[in-house]
Amino acid sequence: MTTPSAKINQTTKAIDEILEVYPEKARKDRAKHIAANDPSGTCSGCAVKSNVKSRPGLMTVRGCAYAGSKGVVWGPIKDMIHISHGPVGCGAYSNWSRRNYYNGTTGVDAFGTLHVTSDFQERDIVYGGDKKLATIVDELDSLFPLARGISVQSECPVGLIGDDIESVTKAKTADIGKPVVPVRCEGFRGVSQSLGHHIANDAIRDHVFDKADTDIETTPYDVTIIGDYNIGGDAWASRRILEEMGLRVIAQWTGDATLAEIANAPKAKLNLIHCYRSMNYICRHMEETYGVPWVEYNFFGPTKIYASIREIASHFDETIQANAEALIERMKPEMDAIIEEYKPRLEGKTVMLYVGGLRPRHVIGAYEDLGMQIIAAGYEFGHKDEYQRTYPLMPEGSIVVDDATPYELEEIAKRLKPDLVGSGVKEKYAYHKMGVPFRQMHSWDYSGPYHGFDGFKVFARDMDMTVNSPTWSLVRKPGETATATDAPVLKAG
Amino acid sequence: MAEIHDHNELFGQPEYQEQFEGKKEFENVHPDERIAEVAKWTRSDEYRELNFAREAVSINPCKACQPLGAIYAALGFAKTMPFVQGSQGCTAYFRSYLTRHFKEPVAAVSSSMTEDAAVFGGISNMTEGLENAHTVYRPEMIAVSTTCMAEVIGDDLRAYIKQSKSNGAIPEELPVPFAHTPSFTGSHLNGYDLMLKGILEELAGEKGEPDGSINIVAGFDTYSGDYREIKRMMRAMGVNARVLADVSDVVDAPNFGSYDLYPEGGTTQEEAAAAINAEATFMLQRFPTVKTAAFIKSDWEQEVVLANPIGVRGTDEFLAEVTRVTGSPVPYELEMERGRAVDAMVDSHPYVFGKRFALVGDPDVLLGVISFLLEMGGRPVHVVCTNGDKKFKRAAEELLATSEAGSDATVWIKKDMWHLRSLMCTEPVDLLIGPSSAKFLWRDTRTPLVRVGFPIHDRHHLYKETIVGYDGAVNLLKLIVNTVLEEMDRAAIDTTSFDLVR
Repeated sequence: MTTPSAKINQTTKAIDEILEVYPEKARKDRAKHIAANDPSGTCSGCAVKSNVKSRPGLMTVRGCAYAGSKGVVWGPIKDMIHISHGPVGCGAYSNWSRRNYYNGTTGVDAFGTLHVTSDFQERDIVYGGDKKLATIVDELDSLFPLARGISVQSECPVGLIGDDIESVTKAKTADIGKPVVPVRCEGFRGVSQSLGHHIANDAIRDHVFDKADTDIETTPYDVTIIGDYNIGGDAWASRRILEEMGLRVIAQWTGDATLAEIANAPKAKLNLIHCYRSMNYICRHMEETYGVPWVEYNFFGPTKIYASIREIASHFDETIQANAEALIERMKPEMDAIIEEYKPRLEGKTVMLYVGGLRPRHVIGAYEDLGMQIIAAGYEFGHKDEYQRTYPLMPEGSIVVDDATPYELEEIAKRLKPDLVGSGVKEKYAYHKMGVPFRQMHSWDYSGPYHGFDGFKVFARDMDMTVNSPTWSLVRKPGETATATDAPVLKAG
Repeated sequence: MAEIHDHNELFGQPEYQEQFEGKKEFENVHPDERIAEVAKWTRSDEYRELNFAREAVSINPCKACQPLGAIYAALGFAKTMPFVQGSQGCTAYFRSYLTRHFKEPVAAVSSSMTEDAAVFGGISNMTEGLENAHTVYRPEMIAVSTTCMAEVIGDDLRAYIKQSKSNGAIPEELPVPFAHTPSFTGSHLNGYDLMLKGILEELAGEKGEPDGSINIVAGFDTYSGDYREIKRMMRAMGVNARVLADVSDVVDAPNFGSYDLYPEGGTTQEEAAAAINAEATFMLQRFPTVKTAAFIKSDWEQEVVLANPIGVRGTDEFLAEVTRVTGSPVPYELEMERGRAVDAMVDSHPYVFGKRFALVGDPDVLLGVISFLLEMGGRPVHVVCTNGDKKFKRAAEELLATSEAGSDATVWIKKDMWHLRSLMCTEPVDLLIGPSSAKFLWRDTRTPLVRVGFPIHDRHHLYKETIVGYDGAVNLLKLIVNTVLEEMDRAAIDTTSFDLVR
């Protein structure tokens, strides 16, 4: 162990000041979750604690297990109907907010934007919801004959009142001849969305693998896209790259996925995982049980895309490797042109990121391609794995924060004065009020895709329009005079 | 400049269209003919019958749950932190949902209960949560509501708050009103009602002589413009009116270059305390204020006046009641506004008269919109109110019976937007009025959607407008008429009917 550097000490001091406001117990706890970054990993105090309970009463940004299962993993499977099982709210609030694009006719052979709920009433709490669930499955089966299956996404009361959804779904699977999958993702389980991802992965393992039919022909070039939810079309932009490399994508998990694609995955030669946090569990399972190796990749920004393409190709023969090089050669001028256009407008700008479990580390390369620097990053529900992968990517003395409260993020922003903040919709408008340029990094601010070559162009355009929007220069306190120097200085583009 | 296509254009390109075709190999898709056949069947009378026969499942219901309404009521009071006892995910959802409507930050905290709280109860989460929230966020009031979790395990808010105060986690004098708001009862409207009642109970001052003022409760009204319009009308009348749960400046705060957790605005505790001595309390929405109204009548021994100032007649009646209670006549300024609204309605009537409407939303908004449409000769046909009860149904039917234009209408309570889809497929209408979530009905039936109600997540800043008062009538008129004209032009773009003057 070495003595922390001056940079680290300076940041540590700022962090201590930020935490002063908390009561003793909360301060001690939060201190373990915020640290000055040490890229070398030698500073023992610089590792943050993660994946533990949020402190009551502090405004955590986190969601729940239901959000992780229904909202993230299961919801995008388009040819299944996902019942928000319990009271009405959860399904109402999560409906279509994640923009998991899909092809299909909604209400006929695809169901992505339907909010289907058992809308529990008092009597369901008192007498249990199992009978109602059985009736719901029958009703859905008659109203939506083309659905390939049904999932039951449990909300808090289901687990608390002792319903036996496993028995109901088992019986109904036999009745309707389609999988009816119980998912125990009640919102009180675990400490964040993260356990919901894990539970959802386990439900796929237990109720889809070796059970749903799949009869595709296989080839030596079969891969999957795992952990891409097709937000604004991300998975499609990624699939384009893989297909141009000569690979065959036999399953897309779970953006624009069908139940068949979920069942296809164990037949792949290689599983490609983008969102490690939400789907590493099932990749490990497929490796252990079906011998399918997996590799992480990163399709944000050309530097990482080139590296990922080469890494993926290295698992295949020379044909694929040659295709990969040809693709990079073909795309490089297009990517260089984007960088040439946008880098002068964004060079040297600093960024603070606070997102879910993947993006803070995955988008660093894309920002760096545009000449921008990450000065603070954190995860809502990252685990140790994420942080260990993040430290080396961040500058020394930058801030790493776990399960941050908006107060902490705002204080960090006040001290570090980032030129851009990337986080979620709950955070967005507070930064607008502070006059700090902000982009939503969950929903891409209703733009996208951001993955792949096609996505990087959109990403560059969007970061520029926000950092360099003239609207920021209009912001002033009452009584202040806006001066010409308030206007952003635009370098020649 | 590089040509950049985002999702709006990108996926229509041949490369992607080919990709989508190719992906089908792995999807186990149904044959196109089968999909077309089923799609057609879902639009049939037979399907409608099947759809209306369901008893258990709800598909695209038009309602949210109680604690969301409770948070909204709490936001209407100055420097108040909404505190939700239960699972934390709920609070994240409430904040996101409200934020998407207002494009504003929404502050609320959760006690972040997990499995252990399910076993041992939520007392320790509540005590620590109140202490943390009070210390860090320095609110002048903490308004506590609950999620289903806290309700199912039976958390006793009154006892927990008392205990948190007696053990020093929060000061004795800090107002901590509460409401039990399980999501398996009622809707966001009931949560609003219970929280508002809780807050007024907590803050009410001593009963004294009536002071000549009136109280106004807007209800679960998600237009900041409405609150401002109501206050403006009262100023114009010279009436001392106090808006209770005045969210307008909290959910529509100015950008002054800094973020204030408690934006300037909201009903102050002093105002709330004084409310007990008003001449009367006006409820501008009756369904989210049932319990509050009963409380004010019994405990404050105060008159409660129900009014719904949407449309010209609704506004006339509201102002007449204000005059009756306060003695202040309707001033010329408001007569001028009324005259301008009526003038606009007369001018635009040809584009609304006889048009058939489907309506979906919260009960009081529906009643207001029905009233306005009848004034214009518009014909409500399908009226769907997921969170409506028998009283709403009766009120809507009575209102519809006042005009021949109401004679085509059927009022459906406890039905959802999938029911409405069947209604619109089998008995088509010209226009649809409802919140953003009704846009899927627009897609499925191509019936143009006029966005009125909550939530409006896909259009910007409509919440800043007013839909109440005479100016509100003009705004509703503009929304409806210009949608009709826009659609007319779109349809006429390649025909001789592409008129310059409409």
